[in-house]
Amino acid sequence: MEDDAPVIYGLEFQARALTPQTAETDAIRFLVGTQSLRYDNQIHIIDFDDENNIINKNVLLHQVGEIWHISASPADKGVLATCYNKTSDSKVMTCAAVWRMPKELESGSHESPDDSSSNTQTLELLCHLDNTAHGNMACVMWEPMGDGKKIISLADNNILLWDLQESSAKAVLSSSAALEGKGQLKFTSGRWSPHHNCTQIATANDTTVRGWDTRSMRQIYCIENAHGQLVRDLDFNPNKQYYLASCGDDCKVKFWDTRNVTEPVKTLEEHSHWVWNVRYNHSHDQLILTGSSDSRVILSNMVSISSEPFGHMVDDDELSDQEDQHQEEKIFVYRPFRIKEPLQDSVIATYEEHEDSVYAVEWSSADPWLFASLSYDGRLVINRVPRALKYHILL
Amino acid sequence: MGQVTGKGAESQMGGGWCPRGGRSGPASSLALPLGPCVQTLLRKLQSLVEVPGRLRRWAAPGADPARALHCYARARAVLRHYRHLPSFRAIEDESHAIMADLAQRLRARLRDDTLDPKELTECVEMLLQLEEPPEELCEEFLSHAGARLETELAALEAELPPADPSGAAATPPPASDILDFVDRGSSAFVGNLCLLAASYRSLFEGCPGVGDGRLEAFAAALTARYFELLERRLALERGLGDTSLLVRALDRFHRRLRALLELLPTAGAEAGAALVARAAGERVARYLRALQTFFLGCLGDVRQALAAPRPPGKEGPGLPDLLATLASSVLGQLKAVLAYVQLFTAKDVAFASLPYFKGEFCVEAVREGLVVAFVRWLCRTARGFADSPAERGAPAAPPALLLLLARLCLDYEATTISYILTLTDEQFPPEDTGPAVTPGPALCAEARGAAQRLLDHYVQVQGAAVAQMLRKSVETRDWLGTVEPRNVRAVMKRVVEDITAIDVQVGQLFEEGVRRAQSSDSSRRAFSVYSSSRAPGRYAPSYTPSAPMDTHLLSNIQKLFSERIDIFSPVEFNKVSVLTGIIKISLKTLLECVRLRTLGRFGLQQVQVDGHYLQLYLWRFAADERVVQGLLDEVAASAAHRCLDPVPMEHSVVELICERG
Repeated sequence: MEDDAPVIYGLEFQARALTPQTAETDAIRFLVGTQSLRYDNQIHIIDFDDENNIINKNVLLHQVGEIWHISASPADKGVLATCYNKTSDSKVMTCAAVWRMPKELESGSHESPDDSSSNTQTLELLCHLDNTAHGNMACVMWEPMGDGKKIISLADNNILLWDLQESSAKAVLSSSAALEGKGQLKFTSGRWSPHHNCTQIATANDTTVRGWDTRSMRQIYCIENAHGQLVRDLDFNPNKQYYLASCGDDCKVKFWDTRNVTEPVKTLEEHSHWVWNVRYNHSHDQLILTGSSDSRVILSNMVSISSEPFGHMVDDDELSDQEDQHQEEKIFVYRPFRIKEPLQDSVIATYEEHEDSVYAVEWSSADPWLFASLSYDGRLVINRVPRALKYHILL
Repeated sequence: MGQVTGKGAESQMGGGWCPRGGRSGPASSLALPLGPCVQTLLRKLQSLVEVPGRLRRWAAPGADPARALHCYARARAVLRHYRHLPSFRAIEDESHAIMADLAQRLRARLRDDTLDPKELTECVEMLLQLEEPPEELCEEFLSHAGARLETELAALEAELPPADPSGAAATPPPASDILDFVDRGSSAFVGNLCLLAASYRSLFEGCPGVGDGRLEAFAAALTARYFELLERRLALERGLGDTSLLVRALDRFHRRLRALLELLPTAGAEAGAALVARAAGERVARYLRALQTFFLGCLGDVRQALAAPRPPGKEGPGLPDLLATLASSVLGQLKAVLAYVQLFTAKDVAFASLPYFKGEFCVEAVREGLVVAFVRWLCRTARGFADSPAERGAPAAPPALLLLLARLCLDYEATTISYILTLTDEQFPPEDTGPAVTPGPALCAEARGAAQRLLDHYVQVQGAAVAQMLRKSVETRDWLGTVEPRNVRAVMKRVVEDITAIDVQVGQLFEEGVRRAQSSDSSRRAFSVYSSSRAPGRYAPSYTPSAPMDTHLLSNIQKLFSERIDIFSPVEFNKVSVLTGIIKISLKTLLECVRLRTLGRFGLQQVQVDGHYLQLYLWRFAADERVVQGLLDEVAASAAHRCLDPVPMEHSVVELICERG
């Protein structure tokens, strides 16, 4: 069967920051933050009309600086956080702030794309995350499935837990932890685990991955030399606690069981340059999305370590179906789109629509079969999981 | 028995006149005149009368029982015949008693353990002549001989350490060598068994009541024990020892066994042949392990030579020398092993004519089990250096070792494997109908796979090392507050030095490779003048850049036409390709790192200077200079884009700085 062609959207500026509008569960919407040193930076609200296969966009001005990281509140569609560079007196500082977008854009008002440049709107600043004492902000994480009042930011070697008060108008630092050690330690990225009542986060610095308890702000595990080189990104398996994916400059994606940190459970080596981003699908955690500076996005099917060993069982049935005619017939009756290849861990597709390094990939929060990827040249590509695989998983 | 014969004699008596008795009967009452006939008769009677005395004399302990038997045998029929005559009966009874006594003593003797086989045979033979029941005698004979053979086996066993099924305990080396052991085993045990079989045959051939297969079963049980002992002894041959000794031992064993088999075809021909085959197979397997140990030892030497600190100005052994030493010593060892193994199939070795040694041994044990297994293992081991997770745990293999192993595997693929296989097939000709063998091309493919993996890994390791330098240098510098560049940064010089060193290293083992024809605009860079020069310090002097502005646009347009560059991708087996791989990894790292920084005007200019310097020195290493150029253009474009005040440096100044550097 034919799959829908990818939909491509081009930004005028270079960009690295991408997030789904986390609180939105009906419409497919992504937020993209731009990087420009010379012009006002923007946040593009990308609405994807699944039925007509077209993109509608709204542009918000983000005048304080170029955006390095963006994340959306899980509770309030209109609220988002950015990490941005502020340049002054030949010094660059990466700051973080929480913003609110105009009410009418929250659910994507459909204006015509042509006049969008003329009436760009501005973000409303809710609060700054004061980092003067802590260093450059690497990222801001929202408490998963929370009420949008707790965020954690990583600043140089500090983990900062903030409470947003007075409808997010005030950010109060409730606790913090610092990573001590030799040399200049700097967190590169982090993720907040949706398991254990959201009391755990994982961080990456250099080649090490660490887990932290947010109540005690103490380290709970440490994967030394998780990658041969810098670790670029992490993600938690949404359905299987203790399972964590990491990726980095050794071109590898590794899957860990944090209870045993000596060896990865699995390793993927499909990219031909650094892997900048790894994301589990929110519903079907066997689907793994990775983006790399080899300009490719790869969708992998990691059945063997997923929470849906279903695929495995069906697979076994298929293998032994000669002896079980009945089963075979059932499969034929109920599964009109049978996938030919065996359901092992495999690369499902390599997407080559990008021509520059891909720094961000994200699944849609509304449609589990749809994802967006963003390359440095400002190209946003929306793709879908191949239909054959989708039916295979569903049926 | 006596009774049975006695009855027969009586019935004969009743039946009529016996001719012999007729001649002797009347003669005894006549005195004269005595003709020669009568004289004979008288002499006979006389001797008959003397029988008991003679018997007594000869049958006395320590005398000559054989003569007694002989005498008795001659007299017996006559005596039996004339039993009805009281005088004869007396003689007979007396003789009988004497002989019964003799039989008694002989039987007693039979139970004597010190009897040697010859005596035993005589003893049994005499008893048979005395018409003792053969079945019983057979039993006695076998149990006596069995006991004797058992003691011989026990003597052999005494040399062996107690059977240890786990095999874990360290056993002391055996007291005598294997040949000695087999010699003693075959001369004592097998020899005696042969003798026994022969005398058994001559003694009991045709005897009624002696069941068939008794000897065979008896011999089979004993030989089985003997085999077991020999097997245990063979298992003690831990080291490689002297294979010719083993072959001679096995040969002797086999020959003796064959002699035995001629007498006793069922004494375990298969088991014996299997034992020899197993011993040979075991030896071959041991050679494989020895070869593996040898190779690892050589590898250790190479690593040591690579790691050894060198006094300045003094070159260590070059990689080609190390490779040649490694390859030739491994090949030499393999050949030596083949020569040793060939002893098993030598013409003068009896067991070499066994079907196993003609077919299966050559193909399965030697070709597959030794040669192919070794090559496979070598490829796997070499590959292991690239596959092992170097970043976690064990110290990583030095890059030079990876390179050397890659070349070794590649040489194996190109020539060595086919040479080894041809050699093996010559020395151990496979039978046409033999089992399927691993084809040479399959092995070659494995070797090539290993070589490819190793070389790719080499590129990654070296690329990562250079990239790491570049990354740190970009990450730690303050690009915003930097001063106007006066020099090429030291790290760039280091990068060029390192890549030059890598070029030399790879050039020692790999061919130059093909460079892509230079594009038309390269003429103005005057690259060709220096194309063969590797000496540092020389560079193309007249590089005119594309317009400094619009590099971003330019590189984007260029991208439209150029194919995608895979950074970490398989390389070809030549220097240029390897170097291109390493340069790509390095420059791509520089690009990604620059994109993460924000630069001031001088920061941009520094990147410009550094980029130009790299261009000057790196193009000549790459397969396609456009790859270097393209990546450096992207670096420049990204730097310009990340710059707050993008004012590029005059190109002539850039050139000047680089020349001065």
